[in-house]
Amino acid sequence: MKILIVDDFSTMRRIIKNLLRDLGFTNTSEADDGSSALPMLQNGNFDFLVTDWNMPGMTGIDLLKAVRADDKLKNLPILMVTAEAKRDQIIEAAQAGVNGYVVKPFTAAVLKEKIEKIFERVDAAK
Amino acid sequence: MLGAENFEGQTELLDELKDRARALVEQLERGDFPAAAEMIRYINEARDRSIYREVGKLTRGLHEAIVNFQIDSTSSDFDRDRISKMANAQERLDYVINLTQKSADKTMDMVEQGIPVAERLGASATALHVDWQRLLRREMKPDEFRNFYHRIDQFLGGATQQSNELAEKFHSILLAQDFQDLSGQVIKKVITLVQEVEARLVELMRVAGQVEHLTGIFRTPDADKLADTTDTVAEGPQIKAHERADVVSGQDDVDDLLSSLGF
Repeated sequence: MKILIVDDFSTMRRIIKNLLRDLGFTNTSEADDGSSALPMLQNGNFDFLVTDWNMPGMTGIDLLKAVRADDKLKNLPILMVTAEAKRDQIIEAAQAGVNGYVVKPFTAAVLKEKIEKIFERVDAAK
Repeated sequence: MLGAENFEGQTELLDELKDRARALVEQLERGDFPAAAEMIRYINEARDRSIYREVGKLTRGLHEAIVNFQIDSTSSDFDRDRISKMANAQERLDYVINLTQKSADKTMDMVEQGIPVAERLGASATALHVDWQRLLRREMKPDEFRNFYHRIDQFLGGATQQSNELAEKFHSILLAQDFQDLSGQVIKKVITLVQEVEARLVELMRVAGQVEHLTGIFRTPDADKLADTTDTVAEGPQIKAHERADVVSGQDDVDDLLSSLGF
């Protein structure tokens, strides 16, 4: 399981990386915004994307839309972990095809629950 | 309302205008056109005088507001301090970001180093416990016991050293929280500065509003509408989420919203 973590704050990337390692996901890479993440996704055979929303350069919502628009990547499961908490934004992300939405500040249990739920659904769809 | 208050001397001006208007009507009824024309000139002059006076007052007010805004660098140490605050507000906030980043990094360094130590300690204890149970059940052979004896000794020595190591890391984590005090002080200063700037801006707006009132300029409601944009703008953390209807108040709300959308 290869996971890409996208957040402009290295602290948050590190927290997510540690939580993922606790959950048994040790193969993680990091990017600091959408425009550096997208080429990594296109060339990297990632199985899962965890992204923030608010980032300089390309935002997480634009990354989400770009991934869904890319034939090779469109089925990649995406979890959004963000401080953006407006209902309109959550609806926008859902309509753009996000697989899960976690608002910061979050707990390890919430992250775990959402990731497990996403993989249950992915497995069920196979 | 900004600019709605009556200006000083308005009553006198109105009385003067009324008197002159009455005189004008009288003169017109008498058919005395030269006198009437003269009276119209007086009326115009009275109005102009009042406008000039008000504009003069407002110009002074505006000037003062602007002077207060650009705090004079030559006056005193206190003012110089305020200038540097203004100029450095961004730097100060950058400092807070750096401070919190360093603290978070330090804390995570310690945690990442501490977790394997705790895991090793736990794993050794678990393995020894299994053998200890065998010993209690008298299932251990003599040569196994000699080995066990040796491992217990190693474990006890290691446990002391490892728990010291962990205590040291906890202590470092504790110290890494000093950013809260330092960043709190800096942020408080920036808040004070923002409040000062806001007060000056309000004063500036009050004066500008009087100018608008006097010159008869009115803002069209369209100007306010321009601020609305259709694109979703990332807002970051919601400080007062519970006071806003358009914002979720936590993960449960997000989950409810998503499940209502069929997630």
